[in-house]
Amino acid sequence: MTAMTELVGQLINLLASILLMLAFAMISQRRILSLIHLFTAQGAVLVAATVVVGYATQQPHLYLSAGITLLLKVILIPLLLHRVIARLDVRWDVETLINIPTTMIIGIALVIFAFDLALPISKLSVSVARGTLGIALACVLLSFLMMITRSKAVPQVIAFLSMENGLFFAATSATYGMPMVVELGIALDVLVGILILGVFMFQIREQFDSLDISHLEKLKED
Amino acid sequence: MNWVHLDWVLLVVAAWLLIGVAGVFALRRLTLVARVLFPAGGAFGLLLFGVALSSVMSSPEVAVLPIGLPSLPFHFRLDSLSAFFLMVIGSVSAGVSAFAAGYFRKGEGTPPGLLALEYHLFLASMALVVLADDAYAFMVMWETMALSSFFLVTANHRIVEIQRAGYLYLLIAHIGAISILLCFGVLQANTGDYTFASMRVQALSPFWASVAFLLALFGFGAKAGIVPLHVWLPEAHPAAPSPVSALMSGVMLKTAIYGVLRVFFDLLHTTVWWWGLLLLAVGLTTALFGVVFAAVQVDMKRLLAYSSIENIGLLFAGIGLTVLFSAFGMQPMAALALTAVLYHVASHAFFKSLLFVGTGAVLHATGERNLGKLGGLIRTMPWVAWVTLVAVLASAGLPPLGGFVSEWLLLQSFLFSSGLPSSFLDMLIPVFAALIALIAALAGYTMVKFFGVIFLGQPREEKLARARDAGGWERIGMAWLVGGCLALGLFPVQFIALIDPVTRVLVGAGLGETVNDSGWLLVPVAIERASYGPAIFLLGVAASFALAFLLVRLLYHGRLRRAAPWDCGYRWQNARMQDTAEGFGQPIRQIFEPFFRMERELPTPFDAEPRYRVSVADHFWHWLYVPLGRAVERLASLIGLLQQGRIAVYLLYSFVTLIAVLVVVKQ
Repeated sequence: MTAMTELVGQLINLLASILLMLAFAMISQRRILSLIHLFTAQGAVLVAATVVVGYATQQPHLYLSAGITLLLKVILIPLLLHRVIARLDVRWDVETLINIPTTMIIGIALVIFAFDLALPISKLSVSVARGTLGIALACVLLSFLMMITRSKAVPQVIAFLSMENGLFFAATSATYGMPMVVELGIALDVLVGILILGVFMFQIREQFDSLDISHLEKLKED
Repeated sequence: MNWVHLDWVLLVVAAWLLIGVAGVFALRRLTLVARVLFPAGGAFGLLLFGVALSSVMSSPEVAVLPIGLPSLPFHFRLDSLSAFFLMVIGSVSAGVSAFAAGYFRKGEGTPPGLLALEYHLFLASMALVVLADDAYAFMVMWETMALSSFFLVTANHRIVEIQRAGYLYLLIAHIGAISILLCFGVLQANTGDYTFASMRVQALSPFWASVAFLLALFGFGAKAGIVPLHVWLPEAHPAAPSPVSALMSGVMLKTAIYGVLRVFFDLLHTTVWWWGLLLLAVGLTTALFGVVFAAVQVDMKRLLAYSSIENIGLLFAGIGLTVLFSAFGMQPMAALALTAVLYHVASHAFFKSLLFVGTGAVLHATGERNLGKLGGLIRTMPWVAWVTLVAVLASAGLPPLGGFVSEWLLLQSFLFSSGLPSSFLDMLIPVFAALIALIAALAGYTMVKFFGVIFLGQPREEKLARARDAGGWERIGMAWLVGGCLALGLFPVQFIALIDPVTRVLVGAGLGETVNDSGWLLVPVAIERASYGPAIFLLGVAASFALAFLLVRLLYHGRLRRAAPWDCGYRWQNARMQDTAEGFGQPIRQIFEPFFRMERELPTPFDAEPRYRVSVADHFWHWLYVPLGRAVERLASLIGLLQQGRIAVYLLYSFVTLIAVLVVVKQ
């Protein structure tokens, strides 16, 4: 039994570190298509982590939430995103506001901050996945950073979704998932959010002939 | 069912609200609104007056209504102080409602049904303000009062000046309301219990009591119009329809006085002597400022608005004297000053609403507010002229009317003050008394100008000859208000007996006994000091009037000779030769020149068409409000720096905030 728990713990830590690496990869990725692939991979890892935690703690509702995640974040949303970039024809390079090495350094500082922050909370937690809270927090902050540094709308949307992934992972690892109602609510929110953002992207495109959100600065009142 | 007074008062309030709602269903049916709803509102005003009159003497009644937020019901309490103010609200509103029934007509901007709703909501909220027994109910009603009167002021909301006036009024009303709310926050003394019953038993330290005092002075002063918070009054009163101005000036300003009395004497129940001195200074400054500005106005409603500022100043000075006396433990003197204040509340409510409805009648008949285009109306509008004359005499403080009694009592309380333990104050008070005398004299001057320029002399415009006198409903309303002015002047003894229970509750002493002992002669303190018999005065005035009339008739009439041996170059006298409003106010403008910010345009000898123009403005606007407005704009533009228009920057704000919050949580 202890060996089994040990193995499960190691497995969760492994998945968590993959998640963090994917987050860094997304920060450094310039191509939108690859960004979507990375996002899909992040979703898949999240599903795996949820299943493992569910198995280790005998919480059947985690399987259900893993199923929803799979359907939503691995299949449906990437599909939608693929369609959006195909329609908008924005497959290629993205310019960032801060260059990528600098962003990576800031990201490392954020990870250190997140770990430092999570340390006292992890000590209180009894979950098998307690060590991963810092990673989850780091994922959230890194996605936020990505949202700030990107100047095109599609990568920002992806960053927003990836932030939600980090939050979800934090909930799973620290407290064995949120109550089902909350989880379903968030899933619906994300779905509706992506639809609305999709509409916005088409509108921005129509108005400015570009998805570069720096055009939105013209909306400012002087 | 056994109904107590409070139930009847709440019934009146409910009836007013129902009448208002009925107005919404008769939105554009003017006859229905004017002939049914407004008179019904007036009738309920009379009922309120009757109920309040019978409850002044009785012990306090309380009620808890489970409306509003859950677990936060409205507390109401009817004690002598509330009853006194309800009496004023009920009686004055009865007259004004009757007048309004004849006043509102088509083309007033807001549809008549909506006006009826706002008007009756305004009445109901004023009644509930003086009934409220917790801070929550008080603030809700206070704000309802401010908002309903804002909509009434902006009845003609398409005119730009009226929009500006309404905005200024709403702004100052809200700044005042914030201050009142903070005052209640101090008064509840960290108990979290906002009922007045709990505030009454709190013992605040002198520091916090002074903080509450200053907040209440600022908050209620903004509503009452003390200097320098008075700027909204001369803007809002000319903007509002006349019955609304009458209610606002006659009654709504008094709810601020009610608030001051409630907080200072009931909730705070400790007094510090320098509060009294501050109130005296503020009150007398306001009064002098108001009367000097009233004397130079050329718009008749602005003139009355400034005169209201003057009267509010006198009331505050009287309250200051009350505080001073009760701080030194001189309760009978405090009772005298407070009686003067309450008396003046009632008499000002009557004569000022009468003056405002009188200007309303003139405005409807002529379409003019400018004194320079009126004149000689006593011939075309005799009814309005004589009614206004009564109000003018009361306002000028002449016997045998109400205004004289209150100002006389106030002067008496100043003159009796030579027993204060501080010699410094002892020397100061006579100076204040002299100032009051100056203010009263200037008020008389202003009223002579008001009446003389509008009603006497020759008409300054041709259309004035076609002016029509007030209609039936308007006459009923005015007659009721005239009756009030006369009753207050002729029956001071009986009226002071009604004030007696109020002063007993607030300062622990009353004038009832001394006054009742002397019968028809009004003796505030002792018969050898001073006394006043209104009946004697009335007889004296009537006798000298009759004598003068007879003498003129016998000696002068019938011996008239018409001759023009030496006409000084006047071949005829026309309206352009009589004294104008500007001309009449000119001496005051010269003497009190530093008070005004004047712009003159003087003609040169070479002008083909010489023109003379003078505009008189308020220093406070340029010295206080304009810099304040600029400072607020500068601060706001600093906040505008945050708005970069770049999404990355906005995201960065939330990111930095998140990190900062996390760091704080970590500590």
